[in-house]
Amino acid sequence: MSNFWLHPAMILIAGSLLLPLVPSRLKKSYLLLVPLLTFLHTISLAQGMFGQVQFLDWTLVFGRVDRLSAVFGFIMSLTCVIATLYGLHVKEDAQHAAAWTYVAGSLGAIFAGDLLTLFVFWELMAFSSVFLIWFRRSPESLAAGFRYLLVHVAGGLSLLAGIVLHCKATGSWAFSSFDVHHPTLATYLILVGFILNAAVPPFHAWLPDAYPAGTFNGSVFLSAFTTKTAVYALCRGFAGMELLVVLGVIMSLYGVVYAVIENDARRLFAYHIVSQIGYMVTGVGLGTELAINGACAHAFAHILYKGLLFMGGGAVLYMTGQTKFTELGGLYKKMPWTFLFTLVGGLSISGFPLLSGFVSKSMIVQAGFDHHVLWAAFLLNLAAIGTFYCNGLKAPYLIWFGRNRCKPETWDRAGEPPWNMLAAMGISSLLCLFIGCYTPFLYNMLPYPVDYHPFTSYHLSESLQILLFTALAFFLLVKLGKLVPHEGLNIDLDWIYRMGGRVFLWISRKPIQAADSFVSEIYRLGGLIPLMISARTSGRFDNGFIDGAVDGLAEFVRGVGSRLRFVQRGQMQQNLAMVFIVAAALIVVFLLSYNAFAR
Amino acid sequence: MNLARLIDFLRDRLRLVVRVCIVALALLVLLDAVPAIVDKEHAHTWAEHVPGFWAAFGFLGCILLVVVSKMYAHFGIGAREDYYDE
Repeated sequence: MSNFWLHPAMILIAGSLLLPLVPSRLKKSYLLLVPLLTFLHTISLAQGMFGQVQFLDWTLVFGRVDRLSAVFGFIMSLTCVIATLYGLHVKEDAQHAAAWTYVAGSLGAIFAGDLLTLFVFWELMAFSSVFLIWFRRSPESLAAGFRYLLVHVAGGLSLLAGIVLHCKATGSWAFSSFDVHHPTLATYLILVGFILNAAVPPFHAWLPDAYPAGTFNGSVFLSAFTTKTAVYALCRGFAGMELLVVLGVIMSLYGVVYAVIENDARRLFAYHIVSQIGYMVTGVGLGTELAINGACAHAFAHILYKGLLFMGGGAVLYMTGQTKFTELGGLYKKMPWTFLFTLVGGLSISGFPLLSGFVSKSMIVQAGFDHHVLWAAFLLNLAAIGTFYCNGLKAPYLIWFGRNRCKPETWDRAGEPPWNMLAAMGISSLLCLFIGCYTPFLYNMLPYPVDYHPFTSYHLSESLQILLFTALAFFLLVKLGKLVPHEGLNIDLDWIYRMGGRVFLWISRKPIQAADSFVSEIYRLGGLIPLMISARTSGRFDNGFIDGAVDGLAEFVRGVGSRLRFVQRGQMQQNLAMVFIVAAALIVVFLLSYNAFAR
Repeated sequence: MNLARLIDFLRDRLRLVVRVCIVALALLVLLDAVPAIVDKEHAHTWAEHVPGFWAAFGFLGCILLVVVSKMYAHFGIGAREDYYDE
């Protein structure tokens, strides 16, 4: 037992298996205990390679603990505690089990030292997280879940194909940095698998499609794990790949543009996951120590504030049943604390001084300036404007202030959520504040030594000017009546497979079915009808000819027999005479015909 | 602590709040022009040395993003709520 290494994911998996057996009065304590144990175990892991298992000809490594995996393991297991607390009152065991299995998949992928183990846990994440969408139990969620699964299975296949090719070429399953300057087909296939999970355009549309369809607490889990596990994998494998700088900057602005025109609060937050991951992907692409530190720090901070935003959106959904701006407004009187906590999330994501985004996002922008990729740095700052506009201003304003667009039943239902939801939001808010104020806590965890100081006068002045003048522009737009939410949806690249599915269906229904009918018709005309005719003919032949012949013969024999009956008189001599006559006649006929044929 | 009452308190004095905010914005730009307070040694481009550069960047950037996004929605990707319904 000395070399037994307890994987943190094992605690969660065992915990979810035992969950149905726990008596209901102990359930809440148990629900808190299991993630808490996982968290404590994860942060106490010693560094090194553990859990090495010989499987066929390969060595699988379940536990590679180094600085990079440790920082991701820390935040993932911490988020599991907070998100479980948020959904503590959910009665259905299966929902908790699905969420824990999902976290276990994420932890397994993060600590995986080889590509096969990574792949297995990668798929575990996809197949467990889809239940967090399906448990919403609406027709839209069912459809969105299937689309989510479809996309992730495709991504997983690309990853697997890349892994197999990579192993064939290098002879090693080890998961380490790929040769990003001479990428092969295998590298690109693996990259596609990773960036699909990181929601990098053009592979991003599953995220804003699926996350708003999740349950109120399931989406909190979803917002944290899939994309940030992919960021970890990119940090590990693709640091310094310049293509990622371009993709990262594009996605940071892409998410913003869609969020600006979005009417659904949780979809707005989802588009800002795309945007924020853009910063991290840019950091990975830059690949310097500061940039990788920045990507990790931003992932850490992002998980906290994005979870917080989704908790705020989830609380509004849970309490009012609505998430659309056209159905909300003026709710600060009913849910002021939810407003405050969501605002903290909104200010954190925007990078307000003393909050978490300020100390993490700026590392990546700084790395861009240092690397002399000025265009990227300026465009990331432009994305920061849109981030504050949407998360810090638009969403809070349209939900808690602005014109009251609530229906009477929405307004009556609204109120502060249960204590555990508020507590989870409060803890996340405090953590955002703590990380933003006390930088060594986060900086000491990062993979490389940090020589970066966010609280310089210039950085403060820069950030405050950008953010506060964005706010000025926002309030002018409000004053001019330009901030009116609109019903409707915005077409994104999921159009391709949503309509593609429809095209497939149409092709199946129309051309393929027509061809099928055509072939059936040919078969009917050329095969079936002649067959029937021949069957009928042979039936007639059988009836009329063969049966006729047999029947006729029988009739003849009977007729002859009945005539012959009169010949029979019971006298032996006469009978014998008849036999001889007939026999002699037969012999004569035989001889004559034999001679005729023989000649 | 009644948070809703605090918000109402501020809303009742909206004019004052707005004035304080405007003064704060003006101060921010003014301070940016004082090298003794805001040390621009680490600025990377000449543009950043212009006082209030980031203020203009924030203000104009926000307007630009909103206008571009709304145009994009209006002329391209905007669709009815039931677009995907069969």
